[in-house]
Amino acid sequence: MDNFDPAQAFYLLATALFILGIKRLGKVKTARSGNQLAGVGMLLAIVVTLVSPGIGIQLDWTMVAIGLAIGTSIGALMARRVEMTGMPELVALLNGIGGLASTFVALSEFWGRKYGAAITPENVILGPDVWGVAVVLSILVGTITFTGSLLAMAKLSGKISGNPILLPMRHLLVAGSLLGGLALGYLAAFHQGSFDPAVMILGLTACAAVFGVISVLPIGGADMPVVVSLLNSYSGIAASMAGFVIGNPLLIVAGALVGASGMILTIIMCKAMNRSLGNVLIGGFGGDAPTTGGASATEYESVKSAGAEEAAMILDAATSVIFIPGYGMAVAQAQHVVKELGEELESRDVTVRYGIHPVAGRMPGHMNVLLAESDVPYEQLWELERINGDFKTTDVTVIIGANDVVNPEAIENPQSPIAGMPILNAHESGTVLVIKRSLSPGYAGIKNPLFERDNCYMCFGDGKQFLTEILAELKEN
Amino acid sequence: MIFLLMLFVFVLAIFAGNELISKVPPTLHTPLMSGANAISGITIVGALMCAQFGAEGSAAKILGICAIAFATINVIGGFLVTDRMLAMFQSKKKKK
Repeated sequence: MDNFDPAQAFYLLATALFILGIKRLGKVKTARSGNQLAGVGMLLAIVVTLVSPGIGIQLDWTMVAIGLAIGTSIGALMARRVEMTGMPELVALLNGIGGLASTFVALSEFWGRKYGAAITPENVILGPDVWGVAVVLSILVGTITFTGSLLAMAKLSGKISGNPILLPMRHLLVAGSLLGGLALGYLAAFHQGSFDPAVMILGLTACAAVFGVISVLPIGGADMPVVVSLLNSYSGIAASMAGFVIGNPLLIVAGALVGASGMILTIIMCKAMNRSLGNVLIGGFGGDAPTTGGASATEYESVKSAGAEEAAMILDAATSVIFIPGYGMAVAQAQHVVKELGEELESRDVTVRYGIHPVAGRMPGHMNVLLAESDVPYEQLWELERINGDFKTTDVTVIIGANDVVNPEAIENPQSPIAGMPILNAHESGTVLVIKRSLSPGYAGIKNPLFERDNCYMCFGDGKQFLTEILAELKEN
Repeated sequence: MIFLLMLFVFVLAIFAGNELISKVPPTLHTPLMSGANAISGITIVGALMCAQFGAEGSAAKILGICAIAFATINVIGGFLVTDRMLAMFQSKKKKK
């Protein structure tokens, strides 16, 4: 702190750019510039680090260049190639990679300080105990983020089942791996004389890796919005801890901002399901719709079904229509047809809106991204609170692959497992068309009495195909 | 003392983050998440600092290079994909 390092002034500037960037990311009009601003901040931070005299001298430029080149090409390729439907997986993967990078920073610092020659002046300032704790936490959080995200990604992409996977004695395993990791971390940080700290650190990493996997295993696919945003928060915390390791406030601030934003999203997602974070993390709640379906969950009486022709007639007579997309729309990739149908209806002077439930899909804002991809104007995307009063005056509500988020049980039956969960009040509209493959229950595994109502018609079939048929029928008239 | 200062910075930044993000429209949840994720790639600064440790081929250095590569994927991938998403949101505004 004695000598003023000009690099610090630039780090401060980068911090300010991050804060401004995040602020601007919160409004639709300014979001893109906010992201770019944060990008400029990042570039500034990287360049300043590379040219700062403290580190430039000893830097192995070839290896740095190799690292940057590999990272840039892979990162750019992933960002270009990804389909919007694959966005949840990519976001999960990037969270994980960020966590892994923070783990490697801590590991490298550890090895550098333990066995290497050079030590950055900053970490000498921190006492060895505090430094050790920061290394341990950075590795712990970073590794959990990494393996947890990989598993979440595998679940999201369907490589492994989206259903909760309940291992025997899983609570014991979860607690054991976490406590074991913490114990090893404690030994590595405070008892370096008596044990080989390198072994402790590697053991800690292994425990954290196991913990990341088995803590995500029991969480069902429909709870993934919570998991993805929580891992997002972890990746920020890991970066912040890495900031403590290398004694750099820029990392601490940027990481903490991300940690806070991820945590806010996590809380929003939990509220939208009326469940506590603990309840989600314990897991075992639902999954992808069970293929066979439980006995009581599929017993429906007097369900009316409608074909494409009938559905088209109902829509033709309407003056106001609300679409409610769910995960089923993403699976069927029906977002483009939905938009075409919406435009066709609009050309007939029908008011078209989309009611978006906050946890529809597999990550926060999933439906919005898909509909934006198919060019639905975002003015037509209405959030739950804003649109819920309007269902009473709406002629037709079209539900595409959503189930529990429109289940009136949440309001009417206090005993229901989803009681109190905010839902879209689709049942209040004049007619409800439910486009769905079958009567199988959603992730909550319960019956949806909406399907039995007088004003509800089930349209069985693949979302994309059925909507295409409706569109064709409409255009014939 | 330095540690305490850092702790202050950490806690204040969390509060700042809470204030900044508390009212984000659901439309922006995904871009906010991926943009924030790109910012968490700031760990690249730590990675660059690590790349100077030790002799050629030492564990610390190799770990540092890995850290650089992963952090760069995080930064580049995160910012680019967020920009792509936000461009979709904006193109519609012009059409209207």
